[in-house]
Amino acid sequence: MTVLKTLTVSALALAVSAPAAFAEWQPRKPVEFIIMAGTGGGADQIARLLQGLIEQKDLSPRPFIPMNKPGGSGAEAMRYLQDKAGDNHTLMVTLNSFYTTPIIQDELGVDITEFTPIGLMAMDTFLLWVNSDREDIIDLDSYVASVKEAGLDWKVGGTGSGQEDSILTAMMENEFGYEVTYIPFSGGGTVAKNLVGNQIDSTVNNPAEQMEFWRAGNSKPLVQFTAERMPAFPDVPTAKELGVDMEYYMQRSVNGPPGMDPEAVEWYTNLFQTLFDSEEWQAFCESDGLTCDNMLKGDELAAFHAKAAKDHADLIEAVGADKITGE
Amino acid sequence: MTVRTAELLMAIATLLLSLGLMMKVYFDGLTIGWVDGRGPGAGVWPFWLSAGMALASLATLIRWFMGVTPESRSTEDYISRDTLFIVGVSAAALLGLLISITIIGTYLSLMLFMLLYVRFLGGHSWGMTMGMVIGTPVFIYLLFEVALTKYLPKGLPIFEEGFLWLDNFRYEWFY
Amino acid sequence: METILIPLGAGLLQAFEPLNLFMIITGCLAGLFVGCMPGLGSVNGVAILLPVTFLVPPTAAIIFLAALYYGAMYGGAISSITLGIPGASTAVATVFDGRPMAQKGKADSALMAAAIASFIGGTVSIILFTLFAPPLAAFALKFGPQEEFALMLLAFATFIGLGGDDIPKTIFSILLGLVLAAVGFDIISGQPRLIFFDMVEFQRGIGFLVLAIGVYGIGEMLWTLESTKGKVQMHNVKITWARMRSNFGQIREYINSTWVGSILGFFVGTLPAAGATPAALMSYGLAKTFSKDPDSFGKGNVAGVAAPEAANNAASTGSMLPMLTLGIPGSPTTAILLGGMIIWGLRPGPLLFTESPDFVWGLIGSLYIANVATVLLNIALIPVFIRVLAMPFTLLTPIIFVLCVLGVFATTDRMFDTWIMLIIGVTAYLLRKLNYPVAPAVLAIVLGPLAERSMRQSLISSQGDAMTFLERPISLTCVLLAVALATYPIIQKAVRNRRSRRAA
Repeated sequence: MTVLKTLTVSALALAVSAPAAFAEWQPRKPVEFIIMAGTGGGADQIARLLQGLIEQKDLSPRPFIPMNKPGGSGAEAMRYLQDKAGDNHTLMVTLNSFYTTPIIQDELGVDITEFTPIGLMAMDTFLLWVNSDREDIIDLDSYVASVKEAGLDWKVGGTGSGQEDSILTAMMENEFGYEVTYIPFSGGGTVAKNLVGNQIDSTVNNPAEQMEFWRAGNSKPLVQFTAERMPAFPDVPTAKELGVDMEYYMQRSVNGPPGMDPEAVEWYTNLFQTLFDSEEWQAFCESDGLTCDNMLKGDELAAFHAKAAKDHADLIEAVGADKITGE
Repeated sequence: MTVRTAELLMAIATLLLSLGLMMKVYFDGLTIGWVDGRGPGAGVWPFWLSAGMALASLATLIRWFMGVTPESRSTEDYISRDTLFIVGVSAAALLGLLISITIIGTYLSLMLFMLLYVRFLGGHSWGMTMGMVIGTPVFIYLLFEVALTKYLPKGLPIFEEGFLWLDNFRYEWFY
Repeated sequence: METILIPLGAGLLQAFEPLNLFMIITGCLAGLFVGCMPGLGSVNGVAILLPVTFLVPPTAAIIFLAALYYGAMYGGAISSITLGIPGASTAVATVFDGRPMAQKGKADSALMAAAIASFIGGTVSIILFTLFAPPLAAFALKFGPQEEFALMLLAFATFIGLGGDDIPKTIFSILLGLVLAAVGFDIISGQPRLIFFDMVEFQRGIGFLVLAIGVYGIGEMLWTLESTKGKVQMHNVKITWARMRSNFGQIREYINSTWVGSILGFFVGTLPAAGATPAALMSYGLAKTFSKDPDSFGKGNVAGVAAPEAANNAASTGSMLPMLTLGIPGSPTTAILLGGMIIWGLRPGPLLFTESPDFVWGLIGSLYIANVATVLLNIALIPVFIRVLAMPFTLLTPIIFVLCVLGVFATTDRMFDTWIMLIIGVTAYLLRKLNYPVAPAVLAIVLGPLAERSMRQSLISSQGDAMTFLERPISLTCVLLAVALATYPIIQKAVRNRRSRRAA
């Protein structure tokens, strides 16, 4: 036990002193920590947790200030970051609208490949949920059968047209050849509540948003859209196992504006690596059903973004942009 | 300008505004009708409510012509000379404050604004004026930047550098 | 009963631990201070102090944040009454009568009424919370978009009588508020709407605070400058014991609307998505509708201060219920509190009451203590707040302007909103001079987005069938109540007219 303790302490000490070793560059003013979504959502929680950890561990000589810029599915935040080109004191926590919004709103004039990638903090996953009152639905097949029977009376709740879950819903419509009624709500929590209250029939939610209702026996997952079964859901099959080629993730990464100085990039990358490796972050990932094995950074993350952006463009083309945006 | 004229002009302005909003919604290509099986489209709410605004403005116009509202019969000045001075100066000072915040930053702007208001409009003593000129930025700095960790606008880079130089002392000595 | 009393007793004891008691008092003071700054509300305080709470145990942390939340709710009334600017959206309705009272030199009795009503609202709702948390959570689940829309109709119906005498101008004002609420990104269709001059900033929409501070901070200040010509200073009130006692005795005038506001506020607050602002507005509307003297509202009726204050405090406690039991925030502040709980490793949801009873009951216990602490602090500080009004106007005006500009900036971190605020303020001033009522626009921008979204969600889910609002029992009840409330003032007026005619 003591050995473990000494190890952690020394690791922490190392981690704390690590940024100091690269003392050439340090933030000279408070760092704007942009969140491309509103308060209370997943990205917001992550940003505030990171900010809290930075403060608690005293990792930065200047504070990080979280700022929500939720306008237009992240359009406002990305435009803001683009206009901050060359600024070393602005960072952004992203979700997948980072890829989709510039495609859907092509007049925005933002090219995400120009942004400076810092670190991929976590991958969030999606599962298909129904209310546990639906005893007739026990697996994907019975789900598809029920949906086909209900047709447009089947109500799927989501967090807004053009958001991740609406893409996944559209992908499922294409895959199984049915059509449902998609109802946008103002956040993942509200969707979860409406599922439990039987206002909607099914939803594609992140684990964190449904976890508590699932533990209380109010809702149940049918399929997970991951490559392998997550440790938190060992009994839920993946879509791949059921012979359906569908995999979808939500990335939670930290990025800077275009043209940051390399020294600053190095400093921030080290900072977020420290945070990523911290016990608190790993514990958060585990309890929230996030995947946090390895932090992608620099060129790797840039390549990841480029591939994801292309994948999303293909997806949107395949399912049709109007299907995602509604009307 | 009398209140009577002002009411007419305002009613015309609100009518034009309403029509402009309707056109904006329409030409942005938003659905202003009922979508089958989905209910109202994205444009229904702003379009038809703007139409309602237009009708309300028309009603005000008609009531003006009929002389129903007290304003339409009033021949007093809409904005008297005295009012124009005090209100105009205040609005202009606010405008100036916003412009200067973007150029020379929050704190210098606040000092100028206080100087203008307390000394030249209020006619207070120099002691009071200096108290406000110094006290306001200090209070705002402590409240917003220290207690609430907000980064207020610092203006052009050169002014920002100056501020950062000062701000450095806080981190070195207190933080 | 035992199942409640024993853990509650333990919770109260926990709240009396030195660290927790210290947290309560600091939290209340910080909240009062932040809340009484125009533009800054509990959201700012809670968001900014959240990281600080990582340093203490979770129970102490949530107690601190809850006390801050409470303090800010009380504090919002202070700026509404003394400065005439709503510190937060929840305190808008407090301005309607609080401001005229202050102008008549009765700021102290308005502040006293606000404090007492807040206390009663808070206490009633904590008791209801203690007794009925689980069944209410189940009830909240029955609230779908249809019910939300019906509730919004009810809210609109309660303040139908709030407008001025000029009906077309009142309608214009309401509609303008509703249209401005539509600016920005439409989540239902995923399309941007009313993006003027293609400025991407408009995608964020026009926030309530920008409009409220523009109208009340800038517009009303210009109006006051005009009417006083910048020379007269506001009434200076001497606080004496006798005066305090007579203020306290005034309680009879508003106790009824306070009870109604408290209970209404709690129930509206427990519904996810509604929150304290509609609760306060509905409570004000009801107090006015059922008052013996509805015409005195808006001119300084003390019940017009007490009703919304009771409701907003009750609702802020109520909105903790969906947060704790469903993990859904009922207000932006609870959204951040929720984030905090997750970070502390607590899982809000149906199991929280059974899995972390120490935390839940510690929180409930501390709410009782925080409420008592805040009301005492608040009454003790009334003389200090009154001093603000004794300041010469030429000093008060620039301070208010500065706080408005920076307050608006601080809510969204962008200068863009301060420009919109100035434009709205000057426009509101010009409109107000022509007898356009401005309050309806401010109310409409709060309720507009909720009403539109829930209406469209309902219609999508019923595939365009408008009967859906009448087919569900809760929704039908709300719609019928709304119709009854909307027609009540008209019938009442007709009856009165007939009576006065008969008398003549």
